[in-house]
Amino acid sequence: MTTTATSATESAGRSAEPAEPRAHFTDLIAAEWIKMWSLRSTPWAFVAGTLAIVGFNIFTAYNDYSNWPGWDAQQKADFMPNWAMLDAFTDAAVLCLMLTASAMGALTVVGEYSTGMIRTTFTAVPARSSVMAAKVVVVTAVSTALGLVAAGGSFWSTQALLAGRDTGLSLGDPGVVSAVLASALAAPVAALVGMAVGATVRASAATIGVSFALLLLVPMGISDDHHGTAVVDHLLPYSAWARLIQVAEKPVNFPWSEAGAWTVYAVWYIVCAAITIFAVRRRDQ
Amino acid sequence: MKRMIEVSEVTKRYGTKAAVSDLSFTVRPGHVTGFLGPNGAGKSTTLRMMLGLHQPTAGSVTINGRPFADRPRGLRHVGALLDAHGVHGGRTARAHLTALAVSNGLPRRRVGEVLDEVGLGDAGHRRIGGYSLGMKQRVGIATALLGDPPVLLFDEPLNGLDPDGVKWVRGLFHRLADEGRTVFVSSHLMSEMENTADHLVVIGKGRLIAAESLKDFAARGTHRSVTVRTPDVAALRTVLVDAGASVTLHADNSLTVTGLSADRVGDLAFQNMVPVHELTPHTATLESAFMELTADSIEYAAGDPR
Repeated sequence: MTTTATSATESAGRSAEPAEPRAHFTDLIAAEWIKMWSLRSTPWAFVAGTLAIVGFNIFTAYNDYSNWPGWDAQQKADFMPNWAMLDAFTDAAVLCLMLTASAMGALTVVGEYSTGMIRTTFTAVPARSSVMAAKVVVVTAVSTALGLVAAGGSFWSTQALLAGRDTGLSLGDPGVVSAVLASALAAPVAALVGMAVGATVRASAATIGVSFALLLLVPMGISDDHHGTAVVDHLLPYSAWARLIQVAEKPVNFPWSEAGAWTVYAVWYIVCAAITIFAVRRRDQ
Repeated sequence: MKRMIEVSEVTKRYGTKAAVSDLSFTVRPGHVTGFLGPNGAGKSTTLRMMLGLHQPTAGSVTINGRPFADRPRGLRHVGALLDAHGVHGGRTARAHLTALAVSNGLPRRRVGEVLDEVGLGDAGHRRIGGYSLGMKQRVGIATALLGDPPVLLFDEPLNGLDPDGVKWVRGLFHRLADEGRTVFVSSHLMSEMENTADHLVVIGKGRLIAAESLKDFAARGTHRSVTVRTPDVAALRTVLVDAGASVTLHADNSLTVTGLSADRVGDLAFQNMVPVHELTPHTATLESAFMELTADSIEYAAGDPR
């Protein structure tokens, strides 16, 4: 009798603990990938960012191409290799790349907070840090792709243009691959800065403001003439890029190594990823 | 334990302000339980604590015997609609639901199934930003149903729905409860709950006011009245007033009596030989019981002196 009653209750609904397959991190990556590409702004930002960056660089390289015949022999000699590399990726281009990538990173986080979507996300997946880690993976992949397309496209098109003056660099020249990679990888570093600030501040306007300040305004306001400010300056991602873009090291008051600059990139990336992943742990959502 | 939501001695403070104080109640499977309280009573806070989004300052909340936040994936355990606007307007309903389904390892066909179930089968490919509030509520309900969970939470699900939609949602809630699920629905309007819930949890200013069946709750209202009609109004009125009732005479010569039960009014009329043509007891409406019980705990009253 008791048995019948029990089984009747059981079959009326389902068992108390729903059958559940093992939770896979790859499912979260797939979900974040869908979320990223189902927004119209993502492909637009990708295409517009790439066109703007490559356009900046081609414009600068074209100026040098046009002015080349009027330069004296000294200027022509000084052009290689650093100026040729800066035609491949200008200051304006790297700032544009950093802004695009940091906005992309920031929006994947604050886009959820500003709409309230974050609660739906964390209700579907209570393992909050895993969600954020999946976002880091997707943003890293997409921003690195953006960086590689922008830096690679710029290098190829500008150096092809400069080849018309029998100058310009090729990837085989010493230091060039590292300079192109540094330009490309400025994108994931900046994207993670946007994510970390977003996960901490959780408001759209403030996030964009703080990210841009960290990436743009602070390095512009700091001189590297004194030891103290040079140390701070050398800790910033923009300065690290400026060091790595030098195919031949320029003499400065306080020189630093390429390895040091790569370390700055790595530390910013890792610290920002950690902030993004752990900021959601304790706080109410 | 099975499928139950257990709130035990939960307090939640934001800064110094207590949103919820020492709240305890249990929500059982097989019923639609209404969660009622005036605006600012702490309903949303309680729902967020159930879902592990907010951490209680003290006490604990478990669903099916475990804190919900301990589960790596949630959709198969609890379905929730917290805020119909809590979706990214730039995504289509289909993309929104697909991402959620994929995150929980649910088959993608579930997306089409729940969209059909909530009546958005044809609108699923459009961006949610262009939806009406009622359609957004349907997206939220579809989200809650995605994992076919045994426990469902809905925060103000009837907002913005047209009468057809309200009828549909009520039918859906009853069906889910009949299937043995736990259905917990919040509202600040008693009238919405009247035909929706069979159990009630009522809170005011973060404290529990009642947790009982709808019938028991309605019986709590003290403003019960009796309508009497008699050819001898003056005589009956005197008898009733002498017995301590307050009596109101209406234009159609009927009397509304409060302070005495219908039985007592009938007895008094009989004893005093006053003929009675009609004797109708009125039990308090749920609405008036709710208003009466929460009157002391309205957080934001109009014209409240500050």
